[in-house]
Amino acid sequence: MTLSIFLIVSAALFCIGLLAALSRRHAIFILIGIEMMLAAANINFIAFWRFAPSPAQPIGVMVAIFSIAIAAAEAAVGLAMVIAVYRHFRTTNVDQLDRLKG
Amino acid sequence: MSAVAFVIIAILTLAAAMAVATLQKLMHAALSFAVMFLGISAFFFLLGAEFVGLVQVFVYIGAVAVLIVFTILLTRHDQEKTRGFNWSGVVVALAVFGGLIWAITKTKFLQSAPRPIEPITVHRIGELLMTSYVWPLLCVGVLLTAALIGALILVMEDKGQ
Repeated sequence: MTLSIFLIVSAALFCIGLLAALSRRHAIFILIGIEMMLAAANINFIAFWRFAPSPAQPIGVMVAIFSIAIAAAEAAVGLAMVIAVYRHFRTTNVDQLDRLKG
Repeated sequence: MSAVAFVIIAILTLAAAMAVATLQKLMHAALSFAVMFLGISAFFFLLGAEFVGLVQVFVYIGAVAVLIVFTILLTRHDQEKTRGFNWSGVVVALAVFGGLIWAITKTKFLQSAPRPIEPITVHRIGELLMTSYVWPLLCVGVLLTAALIGALILVMEDKGQ
């Protein structure tokens, strides 16, 4: 196990999250794609901490914990927005949410 | 041993992530989202960050996945109307992946093997949270409160009008 193999796996996860955020039509799955990208960043934090020259200071662990907390807040607000949009437009398909389109 | 574990976890995680990105049935995709986060927390266990792995399981599988399932059930799924795949997204994702792989393989890292460390205990993490990281902890507390109130206000029915 080397650092690069972890970075490659997290890059693959990030790109699958990007794919989900860009190509899904359902608003919830766009949020899920963003969550996947955040989780890939967390893997990077932990991997860089573990392979650092001085891993005795758990800086990466602390950053990952704060990152998880912020991701949870983002998920709560995002899903509340999905429900509010659904209540207003009766759909969660982002292709049909084109009220502001010129 | 850990190399075998790494390969199994990586295949499971990436397969679940592909299922999330491509499955047409929303509920199956939401459940494979939970499987993917289980794989990610297995990565954290493999790297020696057990506390973060447990927090990941609690927060994502216990809270966020359940929240997503609830949201899917509360909103009507009209999967027939959704057109197929947006291929420009695939192109963009592949381009970003190629760029990241190029950057990772070109970089020379300082060392290849992880150094042995004593495990990061919960006691140590709690001590750090209360000493050096107390301001970030307070800021995250304020952020979580604001997010909670904001989410409640967003979904509140406006009966006043």
